[in-house]
Amino acid sequence: MSETPPVIKVRDLVVGFGTQTVLDHLDMDVRPSEILGVVGASGAGKSVLLRTIIGLIPRREGSIEVLGKDLDRVDENERRALERRWGVLFQQGALFSSLTVKQNVQFPMRENLDISQRLMDEMAYAKLELVGLSPRDGEKFPSELSGGMTKRVALARALALDPEIVFLDEPTSGLDPISAGDFDELIRTLQQTLEITVFMVTHDLESLYNACDRIAVLADGKVAAEGTISVMLESQHPWVKMYFQGKRGSSLADRELTQ
Amino acid sequence: MGEALLTQKLVGDRLELVAGGSWTAPYAGELETEIDRVAGGPSGAKSTKTTDVSIDMGGVRELDTFGAWLLERLTRQWTGAGRDAVVVGLPQHGADLVEEMHGVNREPPPPAPRHNPIVSVLAAIGRGTTGFAGSFHTFAQMLGETGLAAARVLVRPSEYRLTSTVHQFDRVALQAVPIIALITFLIGAILAQQGIFHFRKFGAELYAVDLVGILVLREIGVLIVAIMVAGRSGSSYTAELGSMKMREEIDALRTMGFDPVEVLVLPRIIVLVLALPALTFLGSMAALYGGGIVAWLYGGMSPDIYIARLTDAISLTHFKVGMIKAPFMGLVIGLVACAEGLRVKGSAESLGIQTTKSVVESIFMVIVLDGLFAIFFASIGM
Ligand SMILES: Nc1ncnc2c1ncn2[C@@H]1O[C@H](COP(=O)(O)OP(=O)(O)OP(=O)(O)O)[C@@H](O)[C@H]1O
Ligand SMILES: [Mg+2]
Repeated sequence: MSETPPVIKVRDLVVGFGTQTVLDHLDMDVRPSEILGVVGASGAGKSVLLRTIIGLIPRREGSIEVLGKDLDRVDENERRALERRWGVLFQQGALFSSLTVKQNVQFPMRENLDISQRLMDEMAYAKLELVGLSPRDGEKFPSELSGGMTKRVALARALALDPEIVFLDEPTSGLDPISAGDFDELIRTLQQTLEITVFMVTHDLESLYNACDRIAVLADGKVAAEGTISVMLESQHPWVKMYFQGKRGSSLADRELTQ
Repeated sequence: MGEALLTQKLVGDRLELVAGGSWTAPYAGELETEIDRVAGGPSGAKSTKTTDVSIDMGGVRELDTFGAWLLERLTRQWTGAGRDAVVVGLPQHGADLVEEMHGVNREPPPPAPRHNPIVSVLAAIGRGTTGFAGSFHTFAQMLGETGLAAARVLVRPSEYRLTSTVHQFDRVALQAVPIIALITFLIGAILAQQGIFHFRKFGAELYAVDLVGILVLREIGVLIVAIMVAGRSGSSYTAELGSMKMREEIDALRTMGFDPVEVLVLPRIIVLVLALPALTFLGSMAALYGGGIVAWLYGGMSPDIYIARLTDAISLTHFKVGMIKAPFMGLVIGLVACAEGLRVKGSAESLGIQTTKSVVESIFMVIVLDGLFAIFFASIGM
């Protein structure tokens, strides 16, 4: 697996705001068709890392390659083509407030594909059903959705064009545990059926155990530890230890072991 | 590209379809046409010659949800007619994907809302009318709530938000000074130029000064300032309160036991009530100054003559008429702006609609109010 080139390759990344340096010479690889869970304390810079990779935040130093393309060297057209190959679920959903749920999901299709309205409708309903919503929710506006529904619609929109990479910023926060579990399963299924690569920021230990292939821990502006869950459980890094072997972490780990 | 997405062959009464190429989103448009052609064609799902169909997916290089759904749609054409559809040659992950798609779109889609043109016109008229009534209603409500909040603050002055007031005053009044001074200066200059140009025909240039003086002090000064402030500060009040409403900040305030009217609306309105007279005074002076400059440069009237004529022409009454109106106009602009801001619903579009409404309504109200004042002052002989 390690011979195949990484889908996302981050080298020596420095990002900051004003006098604050959030990411400090960070290196990271995301391998093809894996689900990478990114964890770290609140404010550690997980969202900033995600937003930097997709090009929303300028970086001070370093290089980022996505799908083999150096983001510094692509022209406008290549960049747009690249953006079509990834989907993003923002931490706050970021749905278009003046479009209905269905129109939100159809928006990327309408812009990028030349398909009939009928197929677009069917695909929008299919994506909504995939993420566990009913077609009846399609006519609602974002302000009429519950928090968890917002996340689902945002995921459906992120998946609208069947991207190769999806970036998820805390997809399961604010969901009830059963829905969160369904969500993890859904992401796993999608990853297996569509062979997509998933970059998932999360605080949810269950997701880390159930959905993620590998975990990267962000601390002090760097990747402090990365590897599978068993690597995490053995890590000596103080924050990683607290996180995975604290009260909530270890009860899950025990359960996992007894199964 | 170039590879056939779908080819058909008839073997006895069995239709054999062979798929190829990429069954993915970029080719979904073409693929849909192909599928509809085959399914609706002479040996398609409706024909009586063929009994069942087999689809060989072995040659498909890539498959995503678009392709999987279209395959599902294709097979449903036959299964829906009670016949067999067999899919062979799917690789494992493709089979999973088709399995996922198997369950979707089973329910008929919810009916699109029907629009009868006559009904929608009537509905639009109705909505417009109630919207108009609603605007008045919210205006009155805002007036009442603000009055109540003001009364509460009068009883307990220590609860009044002074910092916020000072901050708003800086934004609404002080930062508006340059633009207001410039615009009123120009208006004064234009009035003087027009007055001199036309009165010159009767040799009555001196009366242009009367025109400028009376018009500026009584009407133009306060009106121009009120309209500027409605566009500049009224719109920003609406947008601020509206986006706070959208992000549930107003609800948060309320749950913490604060009255949003007292915290957000009252300081803003008080600021406008104070700022408008100040800006009107400043604007009137700038307009008189502009008039004087034009009278001097264009009309050849020395500043001494201009000032002497001005003191003859105008009296304190004219000045008072303008200044009395100003705080009321500030109140109206503030009330309309805040009321519209709090009416914003969840979407960005509604924020835009409400902001437009706020500016249009407050300018309208300012002019109506000005008319009412004109009647009032005329009847008391001012
Ligand atoms: N636009 C911005 N301007 C200034 N500072 C910012 C900006 N965005 C993020 N930061 C700062 O960067 C740091 C990292 O923020 P980030 O949003 O990445 O945290 P996070 O790891 O995603 O936390 P959480 O788990 O709570 O979402 C924080 O200290 C934050 O204040
Ligand atoms: Mg975050």
